[in-house]
Amino acid sequence: MNAALSAAISIGFHGLAYAMVLYLISVGLSVTMGLMGFANLAHGVFAAAGGFVMTRLMNGYDVPFPLAVAAAFVAVAAGSVVIERLLYRRLYGADELSQVLMSVGLIFISVAAAKYLWGPLAQPMTPPAYLSGQIELGARSFPAYRSFLIVAGAVVVTLLWLGLERTRFGARIRAAVDNRRMAQSVGINTNRLFTWTFALGSGLAALGGALGADILAIDPGYALEHLVYFLIVVSVGGLGSIRGPFFAALLLGIADTGCKYLLPEFGAFFIYALTLALLLWRPQGLFGRA
Amino acid sequence: MTSRFGVLALGASFALALAAQAGAAETVKVGVILTYSGPAASLGDQIDKGMSLYIKEHEKDLPKDITLELIRRDDTGLNPATAKRLAQELITRDHVNFIAGLIWSPNALAIAPLSAEAKVPTISSNAAAVSLTRLSPYVARVSFTLWQECLPFGQWAATKGGLKKVYIAVSDFAPGHEAADAFTKGFKDAGGQIVDNVAFPVKDPDFVPFLQRVKDAKPDAVFIFVPSGKQATALFKAYDDLGMRAAGIKIIGPQDIVPDEELPNMGQEPLGVITAGTYSNAATRPANKAYVAAWKREYGDKTPPGFMSVGGWDTMAAIFGALKATQGNPDPDKIMAALKGWKNPDSPRGEIMIDPETRDIVQHIYIRRVEKLGDRLANVEFETLPMTKDPWKELNPAK
Amino acid sequence: MRATAGRDAAPLAVEAMARGHRLRAWELAPWLIAVLAYFVFPSYLALGSQILISILFALSIDLILGYAGIVTLGQSAFFGAGAYTAGLLAAHGWGEPLTALGAAALVAAALGFLSGAVILRTKGLSLLMLTLVIAAMLQEAANKAGGITGGADGLQGMEVWPVLGLFPFDLYDRTAYLYSLAVLFLAWLAARRLVHSPFGRSLTGIRENEARMHAIGSPVFRRRLAIYTIAAALAGIAGALLAETTQFVALDVLGFERSGSALIMLIIGGVGRLYGPFIGVPLYMIAQDRFAQADPVYWDFWIGLLIIIVVIFARRGLLGLAEQLLQKARRKP
Repeated sequence: MNAALSAAISIGFHGLAYAMVLYLISVGLSVTMGLMGFANLAHGVFAAAGGFVMTRLMNGYDVPFPLAVAAAFVAVAAGSVVIERLLYRRLYGADELSQVLMSVGLIFISVAAAKYLWGPLAQPMTPPAYLSGQIELGARSFPAYRSFLIVAGAVVVTLLWLGLERTRFGARIRAAVDNRRMAQSVGINTNRLFTWTFALGSGLAALGGALGADILAIDPGYALEHLVYFLIVVSVGGLGSIRGPFFAALLLGIADTGCKYLLPEFGAFFIYALTLALLLWRPQGLFGRA
Repeated sequence: MTSRFGVLALGASFALALAAQAGAAETVKVGVILTYSGPAASLGDQIDKGMSLYIKEHEKDLPKDITLELIRRDDTGLNPATAKRLAQELITRDHVNFIAGLIWSPNALAIAPLSAEAKVPTISSNAAAVSLTRLSPYVARVSFTLWQECLPFGQWAATKGGLKKVYIAVSDFAPGHEAADAFTKGFKDAGGQIVDNVAFPVKDPDFVPFLQRVKDAKPDAVFIFVPSGKQATALFKAYDDLGMRAAGIKIIGPQDIVPDEELPNMGQEPLGVITAGTYSNAATRPANKAYVAAWKREYGDKTPPGFMSVGGWDTMAAIFGALKATQGNPDPDKIMAALKGWKNPDSPRGEIMIDPETRDIVQHIYIRRVEKLGDRLANVEFETLPMTKDPWKELNPAK
Repeated sequence: MRATAGRDAAPLAVEAMARGHRLRAWELAPWLIAVLAYFVFPSYLALGSQILISILFALSIDLILGYAGIVTLGQSAFFGAGAYTAGLLAAHGWGEPLTALGAAALVAAALGFLSGAVILRTKGLSLLMLTLVIAAMLQEAANKAGGITGGADGLQGMEVWPVLGLFPFDLYDRTAYLYSLAVLFLAWLAARRLVHSPFGRSLTGIRENEARMHAIGSPVFRRRLAIYTIAAALAGIAGALLAETTQFVALDVLGFERSGSALIMLIIGGVGRLYGPFIGVPLYMIAQDRFAQADPVYWDFWIGLLIIIVVIFARRGLLGLAEQLLQKARRKP
């Protein structure tokens, strides 16, 4: 197999796995920011929390992988509702800067809490035996877990999109993102919608953080370390959009992986330059409204 | 009669004053700058524990009337500007007699000029940048340098190690470059071939794309340097995920990549990895057995001691040794004179010495392999390169 | 933050502007405190000069955020540009501090002008991201150009000459503190003048109601670009100050953490009032210093708690809270 094709396949594969993780985590942020207009920089905290819950269950209590992941989703979604009621709700009408400030305060507290509960090191994550090792496909072998990540991500994304297109809940979200006042005037209880959407978004982030623990290591500083990337995915994708961040994540994931593989001397410079170009070309994001 | 009384009174008060002086304990302050927060907090934890353990075990060895006070400061990580400010405050506000600790080379390099300006003996418990001891006549090193470890390792790898083609993959900062340069020189001089090299971003990289590139180049081994701690774990994970062992690519590197305290968390991936290092807690010499036992007594079983903790231990040994030699006098020039040529034959890592000319450390370098000992993985030393000096200083004489 | 600008009738406006120019007694308070601190806390001057430099940096953000409504997370690009300019000059033989400040201001202003020309056409989240991305790109570039900048290890070998040839930089940071104080004072005077000028007022108009400003023919884009450039110059001066007073420059001068924490300190103090940085920066930095010494491992918890308390109880920053209390006090007969 010639070198260029092999390289392309490597890049495509790893980039896709990375993109799935980024998307799962960022889609919730896109919806929250688009729907509630809330500048929530602490979104990464929920992703990290998902990772922490899952690894603790697996490492400390030998809970099987699928159960641990599901538990992470539920626990973090539930926890996020509590935080939403306690903190976020107070600042819904407030100006962006106060929201930014609050979410940063939340990040600091979560970093300290994670350090206290789990220590400063990254949590080791060992995938179950049936998802480890290599998968042979012709002349190439692919890491099994990352292959799983791609498939699982695709399944979740499909369910999400179908859910938003086909269910009433989805319809309400889309309506409220489009025009909150109109949505309210046709009887949609936006407060409750916010809470449910926030829970869903945080749960998805937890899912992304848990499944992606392989690529984005779970350590106390997680939320801050990866904040810029999540923001890039959301802004390039388009606030409030569900599909936009997917293509943004895809673009970002593959470009980043490609750069690391082919031009490691450039580092993250290329990603930033790409983001610059994209945002200048379409400031509202790929799928955002102008 | 008054005059006799007067003389008596004078004599008595004089004696009292002398007695008070003798009884007055002098406090020697040591400013400890380590990383206590953030992702690298485990490193600061290791060194701090090593220091505290030495002090506990050897308190009675201090000259009489000397009490040691440790003032700890958190540099929060690779943060030269913060480290410099902390050192400045320790010197001007707390009036420390020593500065110790220093995990990160950039931090240490930023502090060195201060140590020269203020004449404060500064001991590096870990920072390994080769030029450090040249920046100030008041800096001594008790840890290691990467040239000291990696140049002989390169020579060994090409000869006894049987490796012909090696790919170099290191973190993109001074220690990484030093490790790469040192290994490359030793390896090539002994006839080996370097296939290519790549540098990882210092902060939190995803290793997979980089290692994929290494795998596709098909070397015999990949020489790796990443900062101790979570990066080492993540690296082995990526190595395993990509099936590089099955593809016949070995991992080699300095001891930082298989730290003893991390090995329990690294799964089975590191088995068989050969590294060059200064300390393994599996070593069988009596000084080490005593050390590991004392550690277990004091800190339990959860975090085993690693090479960084020994850096802390030996830092305190050096300070104690210097204070003993000067009979408790913390005068900076006397301390530095005492440190030059100071030996510790009972260090857990074997005999060490501070080179009187360069103020750098001279020690044994061990070639080790990760093997299974009982139910745990450990670094088993199988070859010793005795009393190695830092070769960089010999290759680059001071102007 | 929402002023009642735009409703001023002409005589009221003129009076307001005239009032603004006059220096009121309490405005001298922070400077007196700063000078007093020099004598009362002689062993804290390192922290003190870093506080002064951060105030200048936060001030530069306040100009574009509080007055022109541009939210930025990338101001460290200009801070870092200034720092490296001064640093490289000092490392290559030109250690004169005042001219280095001037050079840094020029370099940072040029960078501000060029980047502003490109990105100020957008707004909202995309503008925010663009400022972030530009700073990130600059940091990456500085990292890669390690041969010139020293990369992650920092710039070695800086030698800064005495200020005005008379005051060398010493271990106790006495010169550093007074030097930074002097520069901050001059910058503050300039900012104050700017803010109370017709140009400054037009910025407030742009922030409050851009459509209307367009409608009255105000050159909105040019004004935003102008203030962005000026703020960049100030940030560059702050960066150069840091380089000169610590004789060291490392990559963190271009980092996101620096922009982010300056923004936080500004918001805590109060945005758009010119004095927010003077309250928010010392409070945050001293709290951080104290927390870090008291609890070296978990100090970020206490900082986070402080931030949340401020945001819940002092929505418009501490200055806003002070205003509210003053208003309440005035209403009582």
